[in-house]
Amino acid sequence: MNACSLQIDQLSLGYRTQSGQVLPVVRAVSLTLGAGETLGLVGESGCGKSTLGMALLGHLRSGNALLGGRVLVGGADVFQLERGALARLRGQQVAFVPQNASQALTPTMRLGAQATEALTLHLGMDLVAAQRQVLDLFERLRLPQAAALLRRYPHELSGGQQQRVVLAMALVRRPAWLILDEPTTGLDVITQAHVLQLLQTITREQGTGMLYISHDLEVVAQVSARVAVMYAGELVEVAPVAMLFADPNHPYTSGLLAALPHVSGQRLPAPIPGQPPALHEISPTCAFAPRCSFVTRQCHAHAPPLGPSAGPLGLAEPLLPGTVPAASIHLVRCHHAQHVATVRSSARANGAGPPALPPSSQTATHEPLLVLHEVRVSYARPSLIERVRRIPAAPATVDNLSLVVHRGETLALVGESGSGKTTLLRAIAGLKAVEAGRMSFGATDLMRSVDQRPHEVRRAIQIVFQNPDASLNPRQTIAQILAQPLRLYFGLTSARCRERAGALLERVRLAPYYLERFPGQLSGGEKQRVAIARAFAAEPELVLCDEVISALDVSVQSAVLELLNALQAEQRVAYLFITHNLAVVRAIADRVAVLYHGRLCEVGPVAGLAEPPWHPYTATLLGATGVLAAATRPMLARDRADPAPPARGCPFQRRCPHHLGPICDEESPPWQELVTGRRICCHLKL
Amino acid sequence: MVELMLTLVLQRLLWSLLVFALVAVVIFVLLELLPGDAATAYLGRTATPARTAQLRERLGLDRPAVVRFAAWTSGVLRGDFGTSLARRAPVATFLWVRLRNSLLLGLLATLISVPLALLLGVLAGLTRDRWPDLLLSLLALFSISLPEFVIGTLLIFSFSLHFTLLPAVTLVDAAAPLAELLPYTVLPTATLTLMLSGYLLSLMRTSIIDALRSEHVQMARLKGLPPLRVLLWHALPGALAPVVTASAMIIAWIIGNLVVVEAVFNYPGIGTLALNAIQDRDLPMVQAIVLVLAGCHLLINLLADLLTLALNPQLRTLRMR
Repeated sequence: MNACSLQIDQLSLGYRTQSGQVLPVVRAVSLTLGAGETLGLVGESGCGKSTLGMALLGHLRSGNALLGGRVLVGGADVFQLERGALARLRGQQVAFVPQNASQALTPTMRLGAQATEALTLHLGMDLVAAQRQVLDLFERLRLPQAAALLRRYPHELSGGQQQRVVLAMALVRRPAWLILDEPTTGLDVITQAHVLQLLQTITREQGTGMLYISHDLEVVAQVSARVAVMYAGELVEVAPVAMLFADPNHPYTSGLLAALPHVSGQRLPAPIPGQPPALHEISPTCAFAPRCSFVTRQCHAHAPPLGPSAGPLGLAEPLLPGTVPAASIHLVRCHHAQHVATVRSSARANGAGPPALPPSSQTATHEPLLVLHEVRVSYARPSLIERVRRIPAAPATVDNLSLVVHRGETLALVGESGSGKTTLLRAIAGLKAVEAGRMSFGATDLMRSVDQRPHEVRRAIQIVFQNPDASLNPRQTIAQILAQPLRLYFGLTSARCRERAGALLERVRLAPYYLERFPGQLSGGEKQRVAIARAFAAEPELVLCDEVISALDVSVQSAVLELLNALQAEQRVAYLFITHNLAVVRAIADRVAVLYHGRLCEVGPVAGLAEPPWHPYTATLLGATGVLAAATRPMLARDRADPAPPARGCPFQRRCPHHLGPICDEESPPWQELVTGRRICCHLKL
Repeated sequence: MVELMLTLVLQRLLWSLLVFALVAVVIFVLLELLPGDAATAYLGRTATPARTAQLRERLGLDRPAVVRFAAWTSGVLRGDFGTSLARRAPVATFLWVRLRNSLLLGLLATLISVPLALLLGVLAGLTRDRWPDLLLSLLALFSISLPEFVIGTLLIFSFSLHFTLLPAVTLVDAAAPLAELLPYTVLPTATLTLMLSGYLLSLMRTSIIDALRSEHVQMARLKGLPPLRVLLWHALPGALAPVVTASAMIIAWIIGNLVVVEAVFNYPGIGTLALNAIQDRDLPMVQAIVLVLAGCHLLINLLADLLTLALNPQLRTLRMR
């Protein structure tokens, strides 16, 4: 075999249960990665992609067993290697970058020791030389104060910095292949864009091959030449990036692409019905058949093979190995691949696809519902000593924020983590005291905590949290969970409660038998539907949505968005929708407010967001989402977020690529109104 | 960095002193609240108004409580704990020598059991669910569930009566030199060691199993590091921290159990002294013993705090930012 390739050959991994049953996690996967080749591996959570990734280093997760097949690195089977050789393989040839850098760094070791140990052990380098190499990479990865960093402990770094340290730790060994398991999933869009860019530059230079594992098709497309799509432990489609995006042949791939919210088109992404099968439910024939709209009897009778697609490379003659370069072959596992491709291309020709409804504009009005005026929320509590010594308090988390949510509209609040989005939401919900400013809901004053607000207002403002696992009581059945608001706000009897709860479930597209289930028995998407049903049980006028889809899988995300839209059309409810994803904003919101460090940068209709001018921060966000062409993508002056907002001037002053000088540092920028109705808070002449 | 550590250490030290002072006050107040006083307690049934008054005057019990507290504390600060009623001699003469004997016992038990338990705990964790682990876990379970007087009696039965290897009870004077005392410490130390090790072993086992399952240990393995380096550098430091804190608590708790163990072997430590003092209703002695034991508790916890600080960089660097 080729000495410098990484070859996965019919690899099957799985669990053996105590009853002797075999539950496959990875099923007969074959893939070849040439030297310096970049391959993206895409799939939803639980599809076996991480298990596959670690198997390439000869590592099986606890409980997993090798059921068949092999992994050849440079001709040697990693599962047959003796201990020393396997350690050398991991140290020198194949390096792993984990998803969760904060967990993957040893908390009791200094970063320098962690980053150099593999070098000194495997490459026989002396410590000074190893440190120099690590330092060099730290600097190239734009880590601040690289030299001091060697003596730091992991917890002293931000998430983005930790991720870069982990990346440096892998890259410094100059491995032939890098296995990256969702390396940027925990990061902010802006940090993610930076890390991806640096990763690409360095791997290209070192000639490193990459297997980039992610659930995010767009990220994968940015960094890899080829993409493999995995579903229920199987590869369902493998193709060069451009080909896969232009001409997906598998219904699952096609569905994933349609499920992506897209910044450029204002329409709702289309969900894939159903959900991925659990390990013991995987059908031996086509695993995707239960969710597929192209399904025929053939799909249930015969397992489709992974074969060349009917794309431009043609199926006219049987494909001989070596006739076509491996990198340009398009493989697909579907009986109806050709049909899928033609249906999609004709749909595109007709400009169809999911309905391009300008979402919820039918219900949006100009009647103010929630009004915030110069609101300030702060967590700072000066201690007695600080008060006596007159040390100025830290700037407030949210300050001088004025915002109106109209009846029936969706206002998206966008910003990075730590920008005060959730703080503001908690203040509106009455869970956090507001220090200054005014806040009103209709005619009611909102400047008091939730337990002092009128019953009617408490009913009218509901909240849906990011993580349904944490917001639903695991010891209550769905019926009990839904009965709570019904009894509290409407005083319904038990029988009436059940009836209403059933009706509510129906409205969030869940069957009535879910009433008897516990949250633990539901999938993530179903749980979030229950959380939404609970909010709507109160018949609210305003629903606060805190990153409600970011914990969900792509194919399920769009279903939840669609549900929210449908409920809004039925009930004229207003949403304050918190998100960090601009693409989602385009799909669901009427207006958008961009928040940086708890201060507003820009407010206005979503439609106007497509064209400049933007606030410099909005422009960076758009750039990181991949909307702007790479050449015009603005780079931040500093890619590290500040721990606290500045006391004076523009909140974005320290990272702004268009910084004008002292005026930005000293004076609060003025609000400028554009013709499109957008308002931007900046000193720049727009 | 050094300054920071120094401030942290000083801070803990000050807190400990404060708590110690508080303990002194609480002991004094509690004894005040008891019905009667040292004189009535000591005289018991033999008390007549005249004898009680006489003893009161001799002990200075007729002064107001605040004055007596001041006198007592100033005495304690000078190392004078008052006069024992039963033994008609200064409390301090008995106290220090008995404390020395008990500390010898505690120190020997700690020095043997902590390294032993940690080592065996790691071994059990590494061989999880295989026979070394099963055997060790079973032993630990036994030693945890058997009360100390049962363990002590079993040891006496086997090593003193069945095989007459070791003395069952202490036959030398409390003030004997350490070398003479040493043979009599073997069985009590063994009893304490068994009790301490059981808990620590199971704690260490769970802690190392958790550590070995953590993502950073998996990452260290994926870096191709040799198993010993993974264990010593990546798994152990983090796993030790909770065990150290817990071991201090267990050792401190053992101090209370000294009474029972010393009684079983009639060992002349502070435990038997406390027992006698209580039987004699010798309040000045009881007061002094409680204060000294509380001081030992605080000292051990202080040491554990400092050790945890050294093992956990997250706590050490917390104030830097």
